[in-house]
Amino acid sequence: MDKKDMKAFASQVRRDIVRMVSAVNSGHPGGSLGCTDFFSVLYNKIMDHDPKNFSMDGKGQDIFFLSNGHISPVWYSTLARSGYFPVSELSTFRKINSRLQGHPSTDKKLEGIRAASGSLGQGLSMAIGTALTKKLNGEQNLVYVLMGDGELQEGQVWEAAMYASANKVDNLIATIDYNGRQIDGDVEDVLSLGNLAQKWQAFGWEVLEMNGHDYDDLENTLEKAKNLTGEGKPIIILMRTEMGQGVDYMVGSHKWHGVAPNAEQLQLALDQLEETLGDY
Amino acid sequence: MSKKQIEVTGKKDTRSGFGEGLLELGKKNESVVALCADLTGSLKMNAFQDNFPDRFFQIGIAEANMMGIAAGMTIGGKIPFTGTFANFSTGRVYDQIRQSIAYSGKNVKICASHAGVTLGEDGATHQILEDIGMMKMLPNMTVIVPADFNQTKAATMAIADHEGPVYLRFGRPSVPIFTPADKPFVIGKADVIFEGADVTIIACGHLVWKAIEAAQALEEKGIDAEVINMHTIKPLDEDAILKSVRKTGCVVTAEEHMINGGLGDAVAQVLARHMPSPQEYVGVNDTFGESGTPDALMEKYQIDTKDVIAAAERVLKRK
Repeated sequence: MDKKDMKAFASQVRRDIVRMVSAVNSGHPGGSLGCTDFFSVLYNKIMDHDPKNFSMDGKGQDIFFLSNGHISPVWYSTLARSGYFPVSELSTFRKINSRLQGHPSTDKKLEGIRAASGSLGQGLSMAIGTALTKKLNGEQNLVYVLMGDGELQEGQVWEAAMYASANKVDNLIATIDYNGRQIDGDVEDVLSLGNLAQKWQAFGWEVLEMNGHDYDDLENTLEKAKNLTGEGKPIIILMRTEMGQGVDYMVGSHKWHGVAPNAEQLQLALDQLEETLGDY
Repeated sequence: MSKKQIEVTGKKDTRSGFGEGLLELGKKNESVVALCADLTGSLKMNAFQDNFPDRFFQIGIAEANMMGIAAGMTIGGKIPFTGTFANFSTGRVYDQIRQSIAYSGKNVKICASHAGVTLGEDGATHQILEDIGMMKMLPNMTVIVPADFNQTKAATMAIADHEGPVYLRFGRPSVPIFTPADKPFVIGKADVIFEGADVTIIACGHLVWKAIEAAQALEEKGIDAEVINMHTIKPLDEDAILKSVRKTGCVVTAEEHMINGGLGDAVAQVLARHMPSPQEYVGVNDTFGESGTPDALMEKYQIDTKDVIAAAERVLKRK
C-alpha cells in the first residue's frame, strides 16, 4: 500500500475511533488517535500477516501484541479495516455480548487478537515468549509489541527488558507510544521516566526513534528495525506521538485519555476527518 | 484383621515426582518446554535442564516475566511448565496469571513446590496457605494437589495432555508413597483409598497420608472411616463426594491450606447444594505459619493425624 492509501486508511480509522467511543460514552480516544498512523503503516506495509487466515498459533505469520490494551479502538478498527472481521461489528464496541470488549480479550474469539491486555506491563513478556517459540519452531517471522510510555512504570516491563537482551531475543520489535501523557497528567510529573533511550540502551537493546505521525519516518524506521533483527539484540523504537492526533481540540492533552466526545464534540471531530472507506 | 491396610513402597518428596515426570515428558513430548525462576534445584528440574537444554529457560528471579513468557510461548504450540515455589507461583503473580494465562486461555502448567507450612524453616514469608483458594477462583483454571511421589509424577505427565491452564501444587518434605507407580492419573476423578461406613474423610496433598493414619487409628476405636484422596480440587469430583456422604452422613476435610478458601470450602459448597451434612475442617485457621520442622509445624498448626482423628470424632457426634 502506498503512502496516500495508508493516510486514507488512517483517516477512516480515526473516524471509527471517535464514533466508537462516542456511541458508548466510554473508551480511550486520546492514545488511539495518537497511534493510528503507526497502526496503518504496521498493518498495511510492515507486517507479514494474513487477515483471512487468522489462527491463534500464527505459524508463518508475524505476530502483534498490544500491551497498552486501553487503546483497543485503534486496534479493532485497524483489524476490521484490514479484513480480520466485519467492519459492521465495530458498532458493538463495549456493548453487552460484543466480541469487542473494552480491553482486548481472546475468550470471544475475535480474529486478530491472541492475548488479553489492559492490566499494564504484561505484553512485552508475552511477546518475548512468542518470539522464543518462533525460534524453537525455526520460523523467520517477527513479533511486534506496542507499549505505552506511562506503562513503563510497571516493573514487569524491566524484568522482560533484562531477559530479552540477556537471551538475545532478536526477532522482536517493541515500540513505545512516547506521547508523554498518562491519566493523571504528564508522565514527567506523575513519575518521570528519565532518559528513556539511555535506559533501554543500558538494558542492552537496540534503540531507534521515530515520529509517529511522519509516514516516511514510520516506514523507514520500521524497515530499519526489521533489518536489525537477527543481530543478537532486541529492538525498541521510541515513537514520538501526540495524544489525540487528528482532532484539534484533543491534541496534546491528557484530558482525552479516557473520555469520550459527546454528540456535538463528535461532529466537530468528524468534520476534521475525511470519510475515505465508508463509515461502519 | 484390619481392613485399613495400604502398601507403602517408599518415602520421597512430591517435588521429586514432579522432576521425574517432567523428565519423562521431555522424552515423549517435544512441545513441552520448562521455565524456572532461579530454583531449578529446589524444583528438581535439573534433569530436564540437562537433557533438554534447548527447551529449558532460566528466567531469573522475575516470576511475573516468567508467567508472561510462558503464556506467549503457547502461541505457536509449546506447552510451558513453569517452576518456582507456590508463593511465587501464585500470590506474587496473580494478575499475570489472571490476564495473560487464565483470561487469555493459555495452555500453561504452573508447577508449584514448597506449598504450605511443610516448607519448614524458611517461615511464613514462603509458606503460602492461600494458593488453592486463589487459583480455584480463576475461571478456566484446573487445580491439582497430588498426595505422594508417584501421584505427582503421574499428574505432571497427565496435565500435558490436558488443554488449558493448570495449577499443580506439591511440596518439599519426604512423605510415604502409597499410590501404585502404574496408576494412571485422571484429572477430576477422586481416588477412594479406604471404603468405610461411618465418616468420610476427604483430603488432598500431604494430608492424605495423615487421613490414612487417622482412619487406621479410628478403626481401632471401632469407627469405620472412608478416605478419599481428592487430588483434583477443580474440577471437583462431586459424584465421589455425594456417593460417600450419602453412605456415611458426615464429612471431615483435611488440607495443608487455609480453611478459608480451600478444599473444605469446595466440598461444603457441593454438600450445601445437594446434601447438607455435618462437616468438620482440618486446615490452618486464619493465621500465618512460622519457622520450624515440617512435623512440628503440622502439629502446632493442627493439620496432623491427631487433628483428623479429633475432627472425625467431633463430626460423628453431630450426625
